Amino acid sequence: MKIDKVVSDRRNFIKGTAGAALIAGFPAIISSQSVTNAIKVGLVGCGGRGTGAASQALHADDYAELTAVADIDQAQIDKSLKTLKAYSQLQSRVRAESSNQFLGLDAYKKVIDSGVDVVILTTPPGFRPTHLAACIDANKHVFCEKPIATDALGVRWVLETSEKAKQKNLSLVAGFCWRYSNMIEDTFQQLHGGALGRLVAYYATYYTNPVKPMPPASERPAGMSDTEWQIRNWYNFVWLCGDSLVEQAVHSVDKVAWAMNDEPPVSCVGVGGRVIPAEGGNIYDHFEINYLYPNGVRAFIANRQIEGCYNENSDYVLGTDSTLTIGRGPVPRIEGKTNWTWSGQKYDMYQREHDLLFAAIRKNQPMNDGKRMATSTLLALMGRMAAYTGQQITWDQAMNSQEKIFPETVDWHGSLPVAPRAEPGITKFV
Amino acid sequence: MLGAVLLHLSLAAQVDFRSAVAPILEQQCLQCHAAGAHVDLSSHQRLLDQKYVTPGNPSKSPLYTSLEKGSMPPGGKLPAAQIAAIRDWIAQGAAWPSGAVLTAPKSQAPPAQDAEMQNVREIRERILAHQQQKPQPSKITIPNTTVSYDMVPIAAGDFQMGSSAKPGSNPSAQPQHEVRLDAFSMQAHEVTWDEYRFFMFANQAGETGHKDAAVDAVSRPTRPYVEMSFGMGINGYPAISMTQHAANKYAEWLSAKTGEFYRLPTEAEWEYACRAGMSEDRPSDIGDYAWYAANSNGKYALVGKKKPNAWGLYDMLGNVMEWTLDAYAPYKAGPQTNPWVPATEPYPQVARGGSWNDPADAVSCAVRVGSDPSWKQQDPQLPKSIWYLTDAQWLGFRLVRPAKVPTAEEMYKYWNNGVEHDEH
Repeated sequence: MKIDKVVSDRRNFIKGTAGAALIAGFPAIISSQSVTNAIKVGLVGCGGRGTGAASQALHADDYAELTAVADIDQAQIDKSLKTLKAYSQLQSRVRAESSNQFLGLDAYKKVIDSGVDVVILTTPPGFRPTHLAACIDANKHVFCEKPIATDALGVRWVLETSEKAKQKNLSLVAGFCWRYSNMIEDTFQQLHGGALGRLVAYYATYYTNPVKPMPPASERPAGMSDTEWQIRNWYNFVWLCGDSLVEQAVHSVDKVAWAMNDEPPVSCVGVGGRVIPAEGGNIYDHFEINYLYPNGVRAFIANRQIEGCYNENSDYVLGTDSTLTIGRGPVPRIEGKTNWTWSGQKYDMYQREHDLLFAAIRKNQPMNDGKRMATSTLLALMGRMAAYTGQQITWDQAMNSQEKIFPETVDWHGSLPVAPRAEPGITKFV
Repeated sequence: MLGAVLLHLSLAAQVDFRSAVAPILEQQCLQCHAAGAHVDLSSHQRLLDQKYVTPGNPSKSPLYTSLEKGSMPPGGKLPAAQIAAIRDWIAQGAAWPSGAVLTAPKSQAPPAQDAEMQNVREIRERILAHQQQKPQPSKITIPNTTVSYDMVPIAAGDFQMGSSAKPGSNPSAQPQHEVRLDAFSMQAHEVTWDEYRFFMFANQAGETGHKDAAVDAVSRPTRPYVEMSFGMGINGYPAISMTQHAANKYAEWLSAKTGEFYRLPTEAEWEYACRAGMSEDRPSDIGDYAWYAANSNGKYALVGKKKPNAWGLYDMLGNVMEWTLDAYAPYKAGPQTNPWVPATEPYPQVARGGSWNDPADAVSCAVRVGSDPSWKQQDPQLPKSIWYLTDAQWLGFRLVRPAKVPTAEEMYKYWNNGVEHDEH
């Protein structure tokens, strides 16, 4: 493994680009004229999700080619490429040869510099703002997985980056996948069309098993740096994953945001903590957040990642006339004054994300999920802030939070003390 | 050692065993009929001893006649040229060069020293020992738990498999053909989450306190990413959304735990049990027997709440569709005994019985459903899970316990479909 000492571009963002005038009037860098045939795709983060996204990208466009990949682990790259090549219809388009396989924390830059047109960002979410900014600066179209940051600072940076993407006519599609589900799209159309009457409350659950539990410290190989150990076990560290509410339950948070027309709440309060030992990690294993929206509308989000408990992933949307239920049975249904059950052919929502992205690139009609992906991520972060501090947090507070969860410098070989797990009433809002 | 070299020489153009015969046997027959199998076609000695081949007389050689009739191989009749090669080879004396050893294609053959095969042998020893101890019970409690299930004995017999509806009305279930089956017992109910979760989570099955190497060696599902009951209920409800591979491994796990041999039912066994003597494809009062679209309220129900069929089996029709052991292949006319079509491709495998999500005409003893890659659509990861079918929220299974304990090689094949990884 090479040494990669990355002084994050994030610091530059913090220092003074915020609020700076955006470069306007950029020409369409990749227009339909310049992409007559192949669309070169770079993959940053070759895990299971990244490999899935790469496959969807190549399935979306017959002339899409995977030409460069990045990860922290060659074995992960090898596995990913092998998996993709097993698809006979993709085989010839998986072209990331060894000279275009990049390792380390700055490998994303090399993928960007390799001449790709589209970059898929599927690393742990803490890196997302940095990677996204570099992609848009270099005029790349982007598919990025959710969430898009692990602190509000990252969210603000992403908001600025997504504005730049708009200016540059670049497409930016986010992996908030329910937005690309035709089934949920139809359902929210009902909701927004008034099928429930006036919206009263939204209750969402995300009770699952632990996603990637922390291994015992004894499994850490001798000599492995803090940074490497934490990145390899990224789900257990707030700076990398954002915590369970932000990394996983953000799908439910995103549906809440959608139901509220992506308008922000007034404030929220929340509880959360950890009851199963974290083995050196610092994330919580349960949250319950109560959001207050204008006109007294409430949204409640409950998530838990503990084995052996009751599991559920559902949405209950209460209106003055009817109730919408998602996730109790395979299809959404509305009961009450309106009685409606979704029926139809479900599209693969993950595939649709890429089908639309690549069509947008071909047609030079850019898509931009920037604002709503930032809003949904901040909505989850706001809940985390409320639970971590034990305070009521307003949307404005959250949006302007100065909390720096993501380190300014990430040194692959460096030491990186783990911030203590937040303690409500003691941990301060920053 | 192979048998002696026969010296039947023919004046006609000699069929070359190595180039013309061995490849057919290896590729078409030895997947199932390798050394150690009940019907063993791997050596000259076995061919002659078991009279599968009568040198010089193709019509008295079942190896040839079964190919000619098309009853073998199960995937469909071989090309005429291959059948002719076998015929001529037998007619010319069925010469088998000294030292020729036939082996099944590598991807299919479990090497005997394979750790997994070794574990199957251990489980089988356990089953044989257990069988001698006592008669097979009808109520079994999963060891170290309080969860039990009921077994219904089903006698050997024959029945008309396939739809009795007018020809052409349900082509995948036709032609109707006679099937003869050996005796087996079948679980009275679909496997519930109460049972299946012990397989998913070893710590909940009390396995940390009761270490058992043979149980530990069975591969088990990864942690599911999403909540796999999709809000439809756990206690007393059928387990759903597992791959056929997962159901096979559950059978292996349960066999190791209980010391009884379990596997998925073949399609024929399933249909025999579903009909329970009934010649119509479904009872006229379907709502008394089955949860289906018209009465399910959009979800599965607690198992065993409807009337059982004539043999005491609950929810064979409706509630959740049930996995069988068979790959999907068109029916062939003519009588068959213990038919089974093993998988050669990841899709389609057969599920039966219809579900809470199906209209009445799909809830039938005859309707066959082939599995499809779209059943895993909701899995965003690659490679896709070999354990979960996140979009098949209407699919479960139940197991059978055949009266006769098979060989270890057969057990291995029942528990390893070999096609759990999606091809593309």
